[in-house]
Amino acid sequence: MKVFNMSSAKGKKVNIYLIIGAVMTGIIVVMAIVGIFWTPYSTTAMSAKERFAAPSWQHLFGTDNFGRDIFSRVMKAVGTSALISVLVVAISAVAGIVLGAITGYFGGVVDAVVMRIVDAINGFPSILLALVIISLLGKGRQNVVLALAIAFTPSFVRIVRGEFIRLRDADYVVRARLMGVAKPRILFVHILPNIFSTFWVSVTIGLNNAILAESGLSYLGIGVQAPDATLGSLLSDAQASLASSPWYALAPGLTIVWTVLGVAMLSEGIGKLKK
Amino acid sequence: MKYFIKKIVTLIITLLLVSILAFLAFQIIPGDVVHSILGTEATPEREEALREELGLDRPPVERYLNWGKDVLRGDFGVSYRYSKNMNEMMPVKELIGDKLPVTLWLALLSVGITVLIAIPLGVLWAGTKNKFLDGVLNVLTQTSMAIPAFFLGILVTYLFGIAFKMFRPGAYVSYKTDFGGFIHYLIFPAIAIAIPKIGMTARFLRNSTLTELTSDYVRTARSKGASEKRILFKHVLRNAMLPVVTFLGMIIAEVVAGSIVVEQVFALPGIGRLLISSISTRDFPVVEILILYITFVVIIVYFIVDVLYRVLDPRIREK
Amino acid sequence: MKKYLSIFFVTLLAMAALTGCSGGTGESSGDNTSNVSTTDTTQAGTSDNVTGVTATGEATYGGTVVVGIQQDIDSLDPHTATAAGTKEILFNIFEGLVKNAPNGDLICAVAESYELSEDGLVYTFTLRQGVKFHNGDLVTAEDVKYSIERCAGLLDGTPLVSTMKTITAVDIIDEKTVQVTVDSVNPELIYSFTYAIIPNGSADVEGADPIGTGPFRYVSYTPQEGIIVEKNEDYWQEGLPYLDRVEFKIITDDKTATLELQAGTVQLFSYLTDEQATELSKTMQVLSAPSSTVQALFLNNAVEPLNDVKVRQAIMYALDKDEINLFVGGGDATVISSSMLPTLEKYYVDLNDVYGTGANVEAAKQLLTEAGYPDGFDLVISVPSNYPVHMQTAEVIVEQLKAVGINASIDAIEWTSWLSDVYTNREYAATVCALTGDSTPGYLLSRFVSTSSKNFINFNSAEYDEVYEKVVAATTMEERGDYYKELQKILVDEAGTGFTLCIANKVAVANNLAGYVFYPVYVQDMSTVYYVAE
Repeated sequence: MKVFNMSSAKGKKVNIYLIIGAVMTGIIVVMAIVGIFWTPYSTTAMSAKERFAAPSWQHLFGTDNFGRDIFSRVMKAVGTSALISVLVVAISAVAGIVLGAITGYFGGVVDAVVMRIVDAINGFPSILLALVIISLLGKGRQNVVLALAIAFTPSFVRIVRGEFIRLRDADYVVRARLMGVAKPRILFVHILPNIFSTFWVSVTIGLNNAILAESGLSYLGIGVQAPDATLGSLLSDAQASLASSPWYALAPGLTIVWTVLGVAMLSEGIGKLKK
Repeated sequence: MKYFIKKIVTLIITLLLVSILAFLAFQIIPGDVVHSILGTEATPEREEALREELGLDRPPVERYLNWGKDVLRGDFGVSYRYSKNMNEMMPVKELIGDKLPVTLWLALLSVGITVLIAIPLGVLWAGTKNKFLDGVLNVLTQTSMAIPAFFLGILVTYLFGIAFKMFRPGAYVSYKTDFGGFIHYLIFPAIAIAIPKIGMTARFLRNSTLTELTSDYVRTARSKGASEKRILFKHVLRNAMLPVVTFLGMIIAEVVAGSIVVEQVFALPGIGRLLISSISTRDFPVVEILILYITFVVIIVYFIVDVLYRVLDPRIREK
Repeated sequence: MKKYLSIFFVTLLAMAALTGCSGGTGESSGDNTSNVSTTDTTQAGTSDNVTGVTATGEATYGGTVVVGIQQDIDSLDPHTATAAGTKEILFNIFEGLVKNAPNGDLICAVAESYELSEDGLVYTFTLRQGVKFHNGDLVTAEDVKYSIERCAGLLDGTPLVSTMKTITAVDIIDEKTVQVTVDSVNPELIYSFTYAIIPNGSADVEGADPIGTGPFRYVSYTPQEGIIVEKNEDYWQEGLPYLDRVEFKIITDDKTATLELQAGTVQLFSYLTDEQATELSKTMQVLSAPSSTVQALFLNNAVEPLNDVKVRQAIMYALDKDEINLFVGGGDATVISSSMLPTLEKYYVDLNDVYGTGANVEAAKQLLTEAGYPDGFDLVISVPSNYPVHMQTAEVIVEQLKAVGINASIDAIEWTSWLSDVYTNREYAATVCALTGDSTPGYLLSRFVSTSSKNFINFNSAEYDEVYEKVVAATTMEERGDYYKELQKILVDEAGTGFTLCIANKVAVANNLAGYVFYPVYVQDMSTVYYVAE
């Protein structure tokens, strides 16, 4: 018992990832939730006098070309971006796991059919795909998520499929098969946990890419429309005045890096905790 | 042999599927190429004349079949948008053929840089017992992935172009005039593309290596008294490389399809920019062939991945 | 460095007859010569409208300039090219019988002079001797006939230039005289003779490169990269051009453009955004002059509730154009209220007082209440997303409309969708964009006639149509000018559309370059640009 306690105490001390990750993610979550109800300044009201103000105590991240408080806009944007990217990654990751597991484990006709579709999506420009989706389903946030989720799915399918092909003949899987374990159980209870760490990397990469990809879609008019903003759209607006007011771009840029780092740290920490 | 025939058949089916999807997409999306060409000076008469000239007055099925017939005969048609001279439009083959080397060389360089740095880095990372190094690599790779492509492009430009004066931003040299200068210029956009990919690949390799290290056969090897180094290089890496190969394949497929942002920042006339501008001007003949090209490359790359899998993984080979 | 263009006097005494290319600066308004004059380019380039310091020093010949352009070109055929961004480049390669001058007038180019018959139906052009095409051939009457017939649709029935539809015959009188006959009088037709003269039959020769008579000859074009031209050694204007080579390089992204200008890869770039101008003015010359575009919040007059004139007027009062100018025009734009370029001084009438340039929230709310919308309404503004200026303007306007209770929102769309859905099919409520004017004063007004195919705002005013008919019937520019002013006023009174700004054209020029000249039309004249001696 004593030994167990010690290692546990030591484990906590060492698991710095979990602490840092939780704090970083926590700050973002708080910012996003508060941002829904309250921001220090209006996110839309313009002020000609306060254009491109540098960061100060009044305006933590400075102001933009319309004199709007960037901190307030980032607060509002964080929630939208987080929601979109989490949804996109969740949908495409689940689709990826299901399709990847089935195609990888069973192969055959299902594999052939699914992989042809995956290939087709892969070769299909996501911008064209997004345009098709808005023409068919109209504009709106849910369609941004859908368009991105479709575009993101193939990579998840491939990663999972590759892992399942690799593991389908592993000793413990063969053993389970011989023991007559049901197939879904083999797929999702026996194999899936073993691909988790590889898969998790693609999830964090995906979260990141989704935040950035959204800004590309708002350019086509299906993302979030101005004056509403996401971290991605703030970033692309800010690029025009990069040299004269770098803080404008740095605020959303650093927020993205911060969020993604936080999530990565947290997941690393959770991974360590499990061991 | 049977394997290859099967692969070729699936390739053809996929290409067919994609070409139909792309054609359908053009039927669905708003915006008319005739309006795109004539702009705000369009008159109903000129619109009609142009529609007829482009064959757009024909029923969709007939248009698709005509297009398909031409492509099978090796005639990829001409761009709706780009001129070749006073009275001819640019043949799609020429247009894409001209841009392709740029993207391919860029892809080759960036994937080369990625592999050269990421593989050793990932192995080093997985093998290290140093907590501090582990932490630094963790943060560094994660940050490299989190920086938007545009920023990286600007960063590389300022750093290598304006601060160190290693190249002149925007002064792209065509591969036709000066191949050395062309490659020299391409190195910098390739770095911009490679940085996040290095982060991703290194993380991937490290994680899959760590996973492998906990598996049964490693335990067995350890109990037999094999050295850690031997375990890592002899057994683990081979298996750990498998998911990395899939991942690298995905990266190659992505880069070969053109990297829009980086091409933009570095003023490279590549496939990515051509695709975006052709989609936005509804230049169907160009978009269709580009999509077929990208699909083709994607499939070929994954085919190679598949073959590599068989080579790397004895279990699959047996099957 | 003063450079006088060749002046060709043809003294004219006949009362109603018109002779082109005579002297005078166009102040005489009694006859039609007002729109044709000789010009001193240097003076025009540094007139009061232009701000910014140009490099001084002795002009040198030779050198290469890389000019950044924002759009790929749409055609190498000067008669079918429609994009303003293409015409501005082709201006350097091709010339018409007459040619735009920096002060908004016309100068003679391939023609040496011309004469208009008393009834206004026959133009007699005398060709300038010794003008050579880039292929070395002399320009002949045959070439002129071919070029005009091609534009007018006399060769195959499809007119390429709609204003030239009225031309019924082109006759060669002798080897240096060509006569053009029209079926109706149009004092603005002369502007159409700026369309390029090209070698006889050249447009039908397979694989023909563009050949013109301009100061630069075409070398090559690569899609997405750009177009390269070289000095025309045989150019008819003595001493021009200065540069040996000009490379027009396509840079679609404004941030990339800034980077390349800073790195010195590109030496000249026009239509800078306010942000670019601010950033580049630290290291380069940034010149500024009124542009040839009018920006507006265009309202679809046929949809509810914008079909109510009171609602439209309320929007006019709600707009704070001074604020828009400050936010997107850098404060350098000219606030406008109607569809006329302020630089066309003879035809422009300042109507900014009608609704004021600032916001009048009270008046707007009052009108909305009268119209039955005391609580405002929802309004979707469709904006082409490739134009940051218009996107930003729309964002400002949304806030301004909010202040009077109108709940506006932005719908960003692709340019091609805009052309199809908004411009052609007119399926929209409001949009922000800009119209490019040309040197024909009536050009920007003609589209608001209710039957015009370009009347994308569905403006429908019987009074406007009536006055426009008078314009068409008028045979002198003076008479037309009065009607144009009337048209502008009707457009404002009916609140047809919310004109906002004539945004300044800001041009970044490398510090060792001089001689850049602004035009009131959308052209980029590289012939007068030169490197300053060290």
